[in-house]
Amino acid sequence: MNDRENAVSNLDLETPEKPYLDSNELIINMGPQHPATHGVLRVILKLDGEKVLGTECVIGYLHRGVEKIAENRTYTMFNPYVDRMDYVAAVSNGLGYCQAVEKLLNVEAPPRANYIRVILTELNRIASHQLWLGTHALDIGAMTPLFYTFRDREEILKIFEKYCGARLTTHAFRIGGCQYETYAGFEKDVKNFLTFVAPKIGEYEELLTTNRIWLERTKNVGVISGPDAIALGVTGPVLRASGVKWDIRKAQPYANYSQFDFEIPTGKNGDTYDRYLVRMEEMRQSLRIIEQAVNGIPEGPIMAKVPKVIKPAVGEIYHSIEAPKGELGYFIVSDGSTQPYRVRVRPPSFVNLQALDVMVRGMLVADVVAVIGTLDIVLGEVDR
Amino acid sequence: MAEETKSPVPPPPPDGEKKPVTESVAPPAQAAAPPAAQKMPTPAAAPPKPAAPAKPAGPVPVPWSSPMVEKYRHQYGSGLEAHSYLGQNYFTVDRLLIPDFLKLLRDDEQFDYCVDITSVHYPKREKQFDVIWILYSFARNERIRVKTQIADGEGVPSAVSIWATANWLEREVYDMFGIKFDGHPDLKRILLPDGWKGFPLRKDYGILQQDQEWVKINLGIESGQ
Repeated sequence: MNDRENAVSNLDLETPEKPYLDSNELIINMGPQHPATHGVLRVILKLDGEKVLGTECVIGYLHRGVEKIAENRTYTMFNPYVDRMDYVAAVSNGLGYCQAVEKLLNVEAPPRANYIRVILTELNRIASHQLWLGTHALDIGAMTPLFYTFRDREEILKIFEKYCGARLTTHAFRIGGCQYETYAGFEKDVKNFLTFVAPKIGEYEELLTTNRIWLERTKNVGVISGPDAIALGVTGPVLRASGVKWDIRKAQPYANYSQFDFEIPTGKNGDTYDRYLVRMEEMRQSLRIIEQAVNGIPEGPIMAKVPKVIKPAVGEIYHSIEAPKGELGYFIVSDGSTQPYRVRVRPPSFVNLQALDVMVRGMLVADVVAVIGTLDIVLGEVDR
Repeated sequence: MAEETKSPVPPPPPDGEKKPVTESVAPPAQAAAPPAAQKMPTPAAAPPKPAAPAKPAGPVPVPWSSPMVEKYRHQYGSGLEAHSYLGQNYFTVDRLLIPDFLKLLRDDEQFDYCVDITSVHYPKREKQFDVIWILYSFARNERIRVKTQIADGEGVPSAVSIWATANWLEREVYDMFGIKFDGHPDLKRILLPDGWKGFPLRKDYGILQQDQEWVKINLGIESGQ
């Protein structure tokens, strides 16, 4: 264990041809307890003055062995655990897991359940992006957006609380559909939220989009090209900001996303500023989806016919969804018993974090903070 | 009053002493249970027979054929099988084909995105591990899996030179299963501390094992778990 505390990695880094003055290379630790690492992430930085020569991430501080837990729980019992991975987008995690098991069972949630799922998942996407924006801007030095976004995110959490009783780890869905029918006034609340939040997104943009300090701190910072992003397996807004127009909701639609009309925003430069713009636009597109869904929500059952004891046939399945952070996949192997033989979670944050090194080489220490923020990682999901 | 309050206290020990008696009574009951439990298997063993014909009603892997599959089947013969389960396609390939086949998939078939690398442990099998690559092609909008079986202690060629993302994914598989990826630039634990013993996602790694060991070594007592 001590090896990990002291070893300064076997970073294989090139030395710059012309060192900055006569300074020696400096190796410092950022984190694990650092406000800008959004949890417990330790980054070992190799520096030449202020310039980053290389990094190594040390992760695992929040490892809870979710995949091992899954093997010792029934399919239904494991459902709430997935909320604890990406805890700012618990609804998305639950959707991915429930749909994966449904696929394994070869059942499909009824249309009404799908509409409720889409509404809640997209609300959660907005909440996740709002939290990202607030903390990311705070890291870079703009304090105001944090208060704006948290104020508005509260309205989403209120809807969650009214729907299922929980604000963060919602456990909103069940295998086969939804457990709860919408409460009286759900549709009105959602519509009110839409009219409430649409101008607020403009308000965030007013604070930042043309703000000179924001531009200086984000433009050409943490650039990653499209091919690099693909090779590194980066997904979600980070991939789209690098110009790759790919969103699982469009490419391989799940739930009933194919029924809704929305755009996939993309960036050009793959820098922090483009990722900011992509996420801002994604919030607006989510509002469009919610509006269509809430207006078209059909009557009908909310649960498919799923046996009380879930016992899928022997086999394996991979199912992934477009979580706010990227591709969230579940690979489930069933041995025909009530407990999954193996559950593998493909976490977007974990894979995206791997790109940190490529994105910060040659930049300044202060940019590392900006890049960690722009990757939008949640350590609960990185470590699982 | 104080004596009265005290007096109720002593009685519990007798209760506590009596409890072992009840406990000693209980074992016979438990001892009586096993015969029942032994009887149980016979009726329990009977139902699977009628259940067995019902099984084919569930989804089963069906052969997967496409121009791509035919091409590789021609090239590799029996080293490669292609199946489809619930609409998801996968190759089962011989371990020896691994680096080349993955490279072909990326270069010739445009599977340019390695979604995930993972493993499943089947301790009763001779070749204990399945290693699985989940691949996606942006150009074809197609997702496939490549599966291979390896024995315990056997290595797999690393895919880092094919997809850079394999770096951390392979480290996680190593961390959790102890599968070595030959040619990996920096194969070490990623989520668990470096000094960790054992590989948690193997089926023979009990969930209490670590706790009991830690308590014994660090506290010198038996774990209550």
